[in-house]
Amino acid sequence: MAKTALQFRHNGRDVAIFVDGGTNLLVALRELIGDMTPKFGCGQGGCGACSVLVDGELHLSCLTLAETVAGRSVETLDGIKDGPNLHPLQRAFADNFAAQCGYCTPGMLMAAKALLDRNPSPSRDEVVEAISGNICRCTGYEPIINAVLAAASGGRARA
Amino acid sequence: MLELRKDIFADERDDNLKEIGKPTQRQDMLGHVTGTSPYFNDHMLQGMLHLKVVRSTHSHARLRRIDTSEAERAQGVRRIIRGADVPVNLNTLLSLINFGKDDEPSLAVDKVRYKGEPIVAIVADSEREAFEAIAKVKIDYEPLATVFDVEDALKPGAPVVNEVYPRNTFTYHETYDRQQLRFGDADRALATADHVLEQRYQMSPIEHAPTETNGSIAAPDTNGRYIVYTSTQALFFSVDTCAKILDVPSNTFHFIGGTVGGGFGGKVDTLTEPLCILGAMLTGRPVRYVFGREEEMQYGPPRGAERIYIKDGVMRDGRIVARNIRAYFDSGAYTRLSSYAAVKCAAHLPGPYTIPNVHGDVYCVFTNRTPATAMRGFGVTAMDFAIECQMDKLAHLVGMDPMEFRILNAYRDGDMKAHRREAKNTALIECVQVAAEKAKWPIREEFRRMSSRKDGGGARAAIPATPPESHAPVAAPSQQRTTYDRAPVATREPPPPPPPPSSPTPPRPNAPSHGATRFSSVFGTRRR
Repeated sequence: MAKTALQFRHNGRDVAIFVDGGTNLLVALRELIGDMTPKFGCGQGGCGACSVLVDGELHLSCLTLAETVAGRSVETLDGIKDGPNLHPLQRAFADNFAAQCGYCTPGMLMAAKALLDRNPSPSRDEVVEAISGNICRCTGYEPIINAVLAAASGGRARA
Repeated sequence: MLELRKDIFADERDDNLKEIGKPTQRQDMLGHVTGTSPYFNDHMLQGMLHLKVVRSTHSHARLRRIDTSEAERAQGVRRIIRGADVPVNLNTLLSLINFGKDDEPSLAVDKVRYKGEPIVAIVADSEREAFEAIAKVKIDYEPLATVFDVEDALKPGAPVVNEVYPRNTFTYHETYDRQQLRFGDADRALATADHVLEQRYQMSPIEHAPTETNGSIAAPDTNGRYIVYTSTQALFFSVDTCAKILDVPSNTFHFIGGTVGGGFGGKVDTLTEPLCILGAMLTGRPVRYVFGREEEMQYGPPRGAERIYIKDGVMRDGRIVARNIRAYFDSGAYTRLSSYAAVKCAAHLPGPYTIPNVHGDVYCVFTNRTPATAMRGFGVTAMDFAIECQMDKLAHLVGMDPMEFRILNAYRDGDMKAHRREAKNTALIECVQVAAEKAKWPIREEFRRMSSRKDGGGARAAIPATPPESHAPVAAPSQQRTTYDRAPVATREPPPPPPPPSSPTPPRPNAPSHGATRFSSVFGTRRR
């Protein structure tokens, strides 16, 4: 099968891979680049575990054809730390016990980051809306909502 | 005598284990928030192949012919695995503790018993090629009559789901078709009760729907061993199950697990590891076998359905004098863990209440539905739902407050439970009192003063006369013979009561299998 060359920015670094036609971004990131932070949950856009940012916008990588991100910037959970230092959202998730099995956590964090990047002081309803595409089957939504709100107010306090 | 120098590690651990009341951080939290927790599927191995299975499109059918010739020639296909390739192609999970007969193949050979049962496994270079090869497998089915309802399955002439259990019920101690509890004379007490209430309750199967689907990766390791990354919730159980099915010593395997993307009981069945390892054995390459979402939802085992009939006798003053329960646990086509669920059902009767006459029958029934498995209190959850709904209805019937009604009937220290064990450290009364207080639900002073530690025992500690069963209960379907019985059974004697807790070891299956340890909650015997 013919493969297509594909270049894009992955967490600030240029990457180049060859993909089969029809390869989705989730498989490209996990199996060709080796970034295991986006997770496979359903493969049909129902759970949000594979959420990543493409040019700052939240995308479901399992439903995104890899070739459509050519020349664009893809950000995953693997890229949100500042060197060894946790992102405020990561710290807030840890402090607020906002992870149980941890499988939805990467997608939740990317959905939360997409929200805070465009709206640094969201209301509780806006947080709920922002993570409404992400399923936490351990049903730990309350701590997750509290963590996002804590990260938002923490960010304001520092600013 | 050598002693560990604890002083060296004094600042790491002070042996003070008083943690209650203090928040304690999860040790895996940093991994979770950085996305570095090692789930099984986060391992990309060089040259990894992909395994997918062909699943039955019928709920019950004989397999006339399986033609894989075209699939074998399909692009990217490395190996086709059939039932005959599985060294020990018959297993039951609890055989590891000598409980039940082997009744489930890894790959179906002569017959399929539920829709989605695996028949052929295909190992290919990519998932896509495995799926394309699956479409080329031709299976000639001869559809058989199906049974999907637990009570239908026990009727005469019902289709036999699993020939290992020709009466469609799990056989306990190689003799009994049910779990049975007898305490006092429920029939007589019901006849003299002021009110009798009979109700039917049911619960559907429930899918765990973990966000991470079931799966595993197996790879040849050095020195003939295999390394296995798995989503299992029961790592050592899976190791031993694989050793039995693949007929190798368990130290052939190095299982790595513990990081599970949600399980809730749905990852204890060793669903993927045996075929995954076999794929690695037959190809010499790493193999991944992971469920897709549809497989997880449709064919992954759910919490088993239950149907429960409760008939209670209650006096005008609110005392329950008799409770008769008949329950059916839907095991699906194979036993897995449902035999144990039915034991838990029976152990939970008649709920946390002191009732002097109790009659219980719990059946583990085979149907052509997806095999059921563990899930969060399985066996107890539906029974509790039924009993507590019934308690509300009984309270209404006698015109009592439901909280006070529960306090009145709650067991107390020193009472004799229907299982002939003394109730100790009981606390239901206090729980109800606190719940009422928190909910600002008014209860009368006399009920606020009641205590689990007072007024128990005495007459309530007596074991009532329990009449031997002189006749078969009219309504118990299991008393009816099906035409599928293999051997004619002599006149059916009244089944003796289950062995008392201190009885000697129950009879073992004829063929001893791996790891003959005792499991106290299954057998009612003490762990040795």
